[in-house]
Amino acid sequence: MNVQTALPEGTRVRRVPAPMAMLAELTYRCPLKCPYCSNPLEMSKRSEELSTEQWAEVLRQAARMGVLHVHFSGGEPAARRDLEELLSVAVEAGLYTNLITSGVGLTEARVKDLSARGLDHIQLSVQGTDASTADLIGGYRGGFEHKMKVAAWIAAEGIPLTVNAVMHRRNLDRTAETIDLAVRLGARRIEVAHTQIHGWAYVNRASLMPTREQVDACSAIVDEARERLKGTLVIDYVPPDHHAKYPKACMGGWGRVGLNVTPSGKVLPCHAAESIPHLVFDNVKDKPLAAIWADGAAFNAYRGTDWMPELCRTCDRKEVDWGGCRCQAMAYAGDASATDPACIKSPHHVRMQELALTEAADVPPDYVYRTM
Amino acid sequence: MTTPLPAAPEDRLPDAAVPKLSRGVRTRWDEARETHMLLAPERALRLDAIAAAILAETDGERSFAAIVDVLAEKYAAPREQIAVDARKLLVDLMDKRMMEVVR
Repeated sequence: MNVQTALPEGTRVRRVPAPMAMLAELTYRCPLKCPYCSNPLEMSKRSEELSTEQWAEVLRQAARMGVLHVHFSGGEPAARRDLEELLSVAVEAGLYTNLITSGVGLTEARVKDLSARGLDHIQLSVQGTDASTADLIGGYRGGFEHKMKVAAWIAAEGIPLTVNAVMHRRNLDRTAETIDLAVRLGARRIEVAHTQIHGWAYVNRASLMPTREQVDACSAIVDEARERLKGTLVIDYVPPDHHAKYPKACMGGWGRVGLNVTPSGKVLPCHAAESIPHLVFDNVKDKPLAAIWADGAAFNAYRGTDWMPELCRTCDRKEVDWGGCRCQAMAYAGDASATDPACIKSPHHVRMQELALTEAADVPPDYVYRTM
Repeated sequence: MTTPLPAAPEDRLPDAAVPKLSRGVRTRWDEARETHMLLAPERALRLDAIAAAILAETDGERSFAAIVDVLAEKYAAPREQIAVDARKLLVDLMDKRMMEVVR
């Protein structure tokens, strides 16, 4: 079966602003087993993955509807042997291309090939600043050493590099070293991102949850480094929800800025949206991407402000944070249309914070690694 | 502890310097939104007509002074004002690691 390109004649498509970005999750396969993996608990298998031709059509449709950035992600996107071919399709369609990778599966020859085909940017994850910590967290021996090689190949090609650092209680005390590592690897940008407690991270939250002191120290280090490294390294900081006052504008607002295509072709408003059980997701095999974006039930469920509970609808921040994260509301309030419990106004806020403090105070249990 | 004063824009980007958008940073016309955009890692910035005009002349060959000359001639505008606007934009992009001085 191929990807759907047209709707039946006479079908009307709602007019909504075009998405800026598409996350293309090429596969869920990944050699790493990070305890905070953002992929869903139930993952589709290799046999269900979209074909090269199907992905190519999705990329072309995305460019036509106004998507500017495509992020090749996973799982580990380098696990797809057609990554290079799909990159070329995206480049030809005029998309800005970003590869989000663990580095495992990349060789020097592949990095050179990706560069020659016009890859715009690479995001390389680091789990820690030394091999033993990093490989314990990633659950993959030799991962750190390989990443260091990959970073050198990227630098030799001159491809702009962002280091992605997911922070949690086991590596937060190394924030300064993590930033230093990014500078050493020649990165232009680093994302210092506190773990989002969804998906597999929810299973491991007691081993991931940082203390208040760790979070405060990390924020101070980031503030200082931002000033000091101006013009050398741009630092994007994602603060933790469990210690926040107000929620983040998750995804820049549901169905507002970006969309996510899963390995099997489901189109999601956010990569964690499948944790909301009542939502039904359209598939690129059945409908054109533009129609799914504009008219899909899942996209319209929490788009804009009409769906909001009274608490959000009457709040002057409603178009600042767009109600925050629906998946977090689902996880902690049991209701995806509730106010994000990260918000100080949520009746679940205190419980979420207390839970975080209790978990952070305990001895961290061993990681529960996911297996494929 | 004393913090050193940040370098003045004229020192960061002197008249003779040749600025260029870094690799992975580019402008394009966005048909869907009918605007010029600057695309960079994780960033898409809407460019107004003035910014788009400045970046269109920033080709990695011309010096800053030459860029200002071209703009002053093309838009029949005062050179001093153009120099201030252009330098502000380009130095801001240098801070964001989107622009570099090639020589």
